[in-house]
Amino acid sequence: MPREKAIIRTDISKFKWTLIEMKKNWVGYAMILPFFLLFFIFTVIPVVLSVILSFTTFNLLEWPQFIAMDNYIRLFLDDDIFLLAIKNTLIFAAITGPGSYLLSLFFAWFINELRPKIRAIVTLLFYAPSISGSIYLIWQIFFSSDQYGFVNAWGIKLNLIAKPILWFQDEKYIFGLIIAVALWTSLGTSFLAFIAGFQVVNMELYEAGAVDGVKNRWQELWFITLPSMRPQMMLGAILAITASFGFGGIIDALVGFPSPEYCAHTIMHHLGDYGGMRFEMGYASAIATLLFFMMIGANLLVTKILRKVGS
Amino acid sequence: MLTKITDKLKKFWEKQQGKNTYRRSVTRSAGGDVGIYIILGIVACIMVLPMVYAIASSLKPLDELWVFPPRFFVVNPTLKNFTDLFRLMGDSWVPFSRYIFNTVFISVVGTFGNVILSSYAAYAIAKIKFPGRKFLFNVIVYSLMFNATVTGITNFITMSLLGWVDTYFAIIVPAFCTTLGLYLMKQFMETSVSDAVLESARLEGASENKIFWKIAMPMVKPAWITLIIFSFSGLWNSGANMYIYSEQLKTFNYAIGQIVSSGIARAGVGAAAQVVMMVVPITVFIITQSNVIQTMSTSGMKD
Repeated sequence: MPREKAIIRTDISKFKWTLIEMKKNWVGYAMILPFFLLFFIFTVIPVVLSVILSFTTFNLLEWPQFIAMDNYIRLFLDDDIFLLAIKNTLIFAAITGPGSYLLSLFFAWFINELRPKIRAIVTLLFYAPSISGSIYLIWQIFFSSDQYGFVNAWGIKLNLIAKPILWFQDEKYIFGLIIAVALWTSLGTSFLAFIAGFQVVNMELYEAGAVDGVKNRWQELWFITLPSMRPQMMLGAILAITASFGFGGIIDALVGFPSPEYCAHTIMHHLGDYGGMRFEMGYASAIATLLFFMMIGANLLVTKILRKVGS
Repeated sequence: MLTKITDKLKKFWEKQQGKNTYRRSVTRSAGGDVGIYIILGIVACIMVLPMVYAIASSLKPLDELWVFPPRFFVVNPTLKNFTDLFRLMGDSWVPFSRYIFNTVFISVVGTFGNVILSSYAAYAIAKIKFPGRKFLFNVIVYSLMFNATVTGITNFITMSLLGWVDTYFAIIVPAFCTTLGLYLMKQFMETSVSDAVLESARLEGASENKIFWKIAMPMVKPAWITLIIFSFSGLWNSGANMYIYSEQLKTFNYAIGQIVSSGIARAGVGAAAQVVMMVVPITVFIITQSNVIQTMSTSGMKD
């Protein structure tokens, strides 16, 4: 494209050149139209609308009233549960995001050491939890608080605990358990991207590395494999971070809503509470807007750091 | 006989060694290998533990479900839970088959629409040089950075305006424009569909639509198979939806949640339902795995 531009732009303006190109390639616009029309309606408009509505009070029945920053002021000064939700969300994301990323990366690396046939089977074993729907509810049975819970039953049998622990009702354990279950389900798309990434690293690089004095598998990973897998690692980071903000459904299913003493209350729950149950759409929009900027911000920050590390 | 087998094994190992000569000898220590196998073995067991338990429980007769201390594996396997599940489908308030129909319908229609629309858009962005395509692709990349939670609340307003609340449309149509599929498809098209072939087809006067169906799509078979598995397993596993109130429109996954949380009385049937639920996406993945891996190898994000 730049080369064509250089030739043509001496004669006509950039604007005119663009118009000609648009006319010549009109089929392209026709082909993207269905997708982007729906994308616009169900993704772009909602984001813009929630930013606008966040400055109003709106109950779905009356026309929105403009109230400037009142929703945000209320969120930060008047809503203790929201502050708790922010704290929980950030802690949850800070653990599950990097956690799932590193688990995906290292297990993909380990799996890559296996022979192809076994590799395919082990990949399936690790990937299965993320596509198995509500199977994670089984963890609830393992950690069930009555005497049928495996962990309690075995704990008592082996004298590790004196009496049954209320795993999913006790604030002390809930957070750790849901993080563990979230991590268990988190070897998804980025994991597959890493599995594929390890397979397409140029073999000659390894040979060259061996000649240059790469001594063990860790050095090989650090100096050869990871640098050539950077594109996959970028995508994996984005998918992991976005997912780390979205485990609310698992929390609902495992500990119920609201969680005991709001100990596992996240921004997503707060959003559902105000938007889906109380129909305070303005307030909910302010929450959604903050969540949006938190997700985008976290992603941009991390991808920027990753770019620096690579170069 | 035995020597024959050992001979064969020896040859096999030699072949394997030959393949990996350099990697075995220089950078791989035997100790490290063993360590990795042990870690992989332990973690793999943890990963499949709930699945194995679900399968074991689904085969347990009633008395084994109630035994104390709880027993992990089944002693006298029976298929009674599965027959109970299918009987339950018949006579619950909303027939169980309706939940299954909903899930199948949503998954199939949603996946079909998603694959077609994202492939069209991906082809245009990757292979037709219209102004604005880089901008649009950047928008798609940004859209990977947040999830549907953010748009859920305001989409409720959109859905109300469209009159789609409490209809299939509310679940299916938003699924058409899932952006990860478009992203993966575009990356794959860019590397695996050669521009020269497209150019010559264009010179012969083939329309872009024809080129898309006759040349591009057959060349990116792994990519659309991947889109199918991602879109399908996402929709198949969709549970409660905030835009759906009617019991008749709810999904199988939602119904399973109800059974499982209704307690130990239905534990066997619940486990059977979970097994039915997980078998489908896992089977689809087993069949498509090599295609998926091939697609993911081009999935990286270049700066």
